[in-house]
Amino acid sequence: MITYLLRRAAFLVVSLLLACVVLFLLLRLLPGDPANALLSVGATPEQIEAARHRIGSDRPLPEQFATWVGQMASLDLGESFVSTLPVGPEIAARLVVTVPLTLLSFTLAVVVAVPVGFVAAHRAHTWYGSLLSGFSQLGIAVPVFWVGMLLITVFALQLRVLPAGGFPRDDWADPVAALTSLALPVVTVALVMSASLIRYVRSATVDVLGSDYLRTFRALGSSFTGAMWRHGLRNAAVPVVSILGIELATTFLGAVVVESVFVLPGLGGMLVKGIAQHDYPVIQGILFVSTFAVLLIGFAADLVQRLIDPRLRGSATGGRR
Amino acid sequence: MKRTTTSLIGAALAAALALAGCGSGSGSGGSASGGGSASAAPAGAFDPNATIEIGSLYEPQNLDNTGGGGQGVTEAFNGNVYEGLFRLTDDGKVENLLAEKHEVSSDGLTYTFTLRDGVKFHSGDPLTAADVKYSIEKVTAKDSQSARKSSLSVIKSVETPDDRTVAVKLSDKSISFVYNLSYIWVVNDAAKDLAKSEDGTGPYKLGEWKRGSTLSLVPFDGYWGTAPTNKGVVFHYFTSATALNNALLTDAVDVVTSEQSPDALEQFANNPAYKVNDGQSTTKLLLAFNDRVKPFDNKLVRKAVSSAIDDRKLLNSIWGDYGTLIGSMVPPTDPWYEDLTAVDPYDVELAKKQLAEAGLAGGFEFTLDTPNYDPHPTVATFIKGELAKIGVNVTINVITADEWYTKVFKNRDFSATLQEHVNDRDVVWYGNPDFYWGYDNPEVTKLVAEAERSDTAEQQTELLKKANRQIAEDAASDWLYLYPQIVVASSKLSGYPVNGLNSQFPAYAIKKG
Repeated sequence: MITYLLRRAAFLVVSLLLACVVLFLLLRLLPGDPANALLSVGATPEQIEAARHRIGSDRPLPEQFATWVGQMASLDLGESFVSTLPVGPEIAARLVVTVPLTLLSFTLAVVVAVPVGFVAAHRAHTWYGSLLSGFSQLGIAVPVFWVGMLLITVFALQLRVLPAGGFPRDDWADPVAALTSLALPVVTVALVMSASLIRYVRSATVDVLGSDYLRTFRALGSSFTGAMWRHGLRNAAVPVVSILGIELATTFLGAVVVESVFVLPGLGGMLVKGIAQHDYPVIQGILFVSTFAVLLIGFAADLVQRLIDPRLRGSATGGRR
Repeated sequence: MKRTTTSLIGAALAAALALAGCGSGSGSGGSASGGGSASAAPAGAFDPNATIEIGSLYEPQNLDNTGGGGQGVTEAFNGNVYEGLFRLTDDGKVENLLAEKHEVSSDGLTYTFTLRDGVKFHSGDPLTAADVKYSIEKVTAKDSQSARKSSLSVIKSVETPDDRTVAVKLSDKSISFVYNLSYIWVVNDAAKDLAKSEDGTGPYKLGEWKRGSTLSLVPFDGYWGTAPTNKGVVFHYFTSATALNNALLTDAVDVVTSEQSPDALEQFANNPAYKVNDGQSTTKLLLAFNDRVKPFDNKLVRKAVSSAIDDRKLLNSIWGDYGTLIGSMVPPTDPWYEDLTAVDPYDVELAKKQLAEAGLAGGFEFTLDTPNYDPHPTVATFIKGELAKIGVNVTINVITADEWYTKVFKNRDFSATLQEHVNDRDVVWYGNPDFYWGYDNPEVTKLVAEAERSDTAEQQTELLKKANRQIAEDAASDWLYLYPQIVVASSKLSGYPVNGLNSQFPAYAIKKG
């Protein structure tokens, strides 16, 4: 297990470094000069030169890259070209919205999807089983922003029970107010996310239900519930956990859309604005943090899978898979 | 077994409802939901303790307007947090503000300003002539990113004979000088880090700026003038017009500084809880020709293209009944405005004739460089359709704002382009033959330069009217329309600006009933 952890940690660092290189180069391929984005129409060549010098875009690429990596190493994400404010603290301020949004949506989606997916598999031939499968198909087909707008129309504009968007100015000082602002966005993400989760849970359950070991176990006199509890769920969970990891990462990255629909001051809005303004330090900072988060989630999902399934654990110590 | 299933579903539903419900139960506690009825306030009565919630699409990039702060910082800070020597009112007049009076020397080259007494900065520092000198020099400094820098290049030196007197020497006469000073914020010369803090003399000081979300202003107790008629303002920033409208519909904001979604106006126009104000903006949408290159170096071709496009139909299709047609570069809020829409009227037959006269009876082809954001792509398509009627074939080339800047503005590598020009008084760009559109009429250049050297405002007005008429007759560009400036507000609100000249939004006189 220790060897495995070390190997994974090394893999994490290498991936992160590679991601940095790709990220840095991709940004530099964007057409246009960030200095132009800083100035208004009518700026003189001297003004543009001064701006370029200030943000360092007049220096050679390798030098710019070295500076950036150096900053990262000392946990400094640099300064925004546009606002001249440090990027790190601002990302931290935005995470106060994005992280709870992601975790709450994810939890809600799992809480809904696991039982619903199970029922959809176990009762596949009943009317409600088909209905649940149908709903999940529908949920996969509709885009997040559309669900968001629908919920706004119903709950904010018609019923007037929840705000149409925004986040309290004092963040979580009043948790009730903060949760109120997050209610519709969380439901939006959870609805869409649970739709695809239901399908994975359902197919994993179908596999388990048709398995020989479950039949054997029941033939030995166990009840269905007992059989599922002792063996079925654990087996069904293995593929589901890896999907959960992917879904959690997707939700974190996909917060962009829902944040813009609900005017939440999260990472998404910051990223979109940064891209529009060619604000490299902001874009790099956010993508760095997101990449790190996604890699960590993947790592965690792997770890959980190993804990559930001893066969995977064995392969880690016993050599190659 | 059945019971297991049911209880699982039940648990799931309960969890979902609990999450959703913890919000709905306490909806009124949320800061974003204002609540309350929308009944109209009795005339004259207002609540001096009300906070005004303002919805805007323009968040500042930083808080320094000489450091690339952008339109948003002007909207929030101009007149509210920072004041100039002069103020530009919502109807385009220039009034004294921090300058009590001023004198101009007989040669028109020295302006002497006397500062108002008893003015304090938010930090408590008194206003002195040194602050004014510092502020002017900050805008004209080498590293200044102010868009106003070039119009102040005429300043030779700023002197401070005593604490209340500022003397500015110019290298040339400049009748717009006082007007230009209305853009210069007077900043405390001891202030530090103006990108994230402020030290102005205005009726409000900065409360808190929560980037990506809100910026609040609170009344400044030591203000020299009339105190605000409200307890403060909060600017709420949005990135989409739909979200902004939703906020107005749910009372999360009281007023929208500039409505950008014409389709949404209906729901406010037909609702007594809101007032839709149709103001005059200074933003002109231009089909700018490159007057240096064929065939647009020929005046007849430019006139033909201008006459072939039905501006009224275009404006209607985009803004409905809002907006104004202008026949030239001058908006109605400029003193030298006159209606020139008849100079190049919509007349397809005339256009065909002019084209034939120019030797292009069979039409021609050109590429239209079109910025990729609204409304330009739509307008380009419309123009393509209109010009097909006179045999002119348009290729639309959609480019980003950044590419526009490099390709069109800097390299002048274009035939024709779409662009909006936002400021008032910018007809003077036609006096500059080096500007991107390459309009070069020595007569107009002379008129614009002479106008700037005028002794009186009347003389300036007369000369600029002449220049404006000339550029219209030359069809230097095709001025498609003037954007409307639509401020939508709760009908409980009064005292807000409706024209929003140069993106200002003075909030100190806003009353909430």
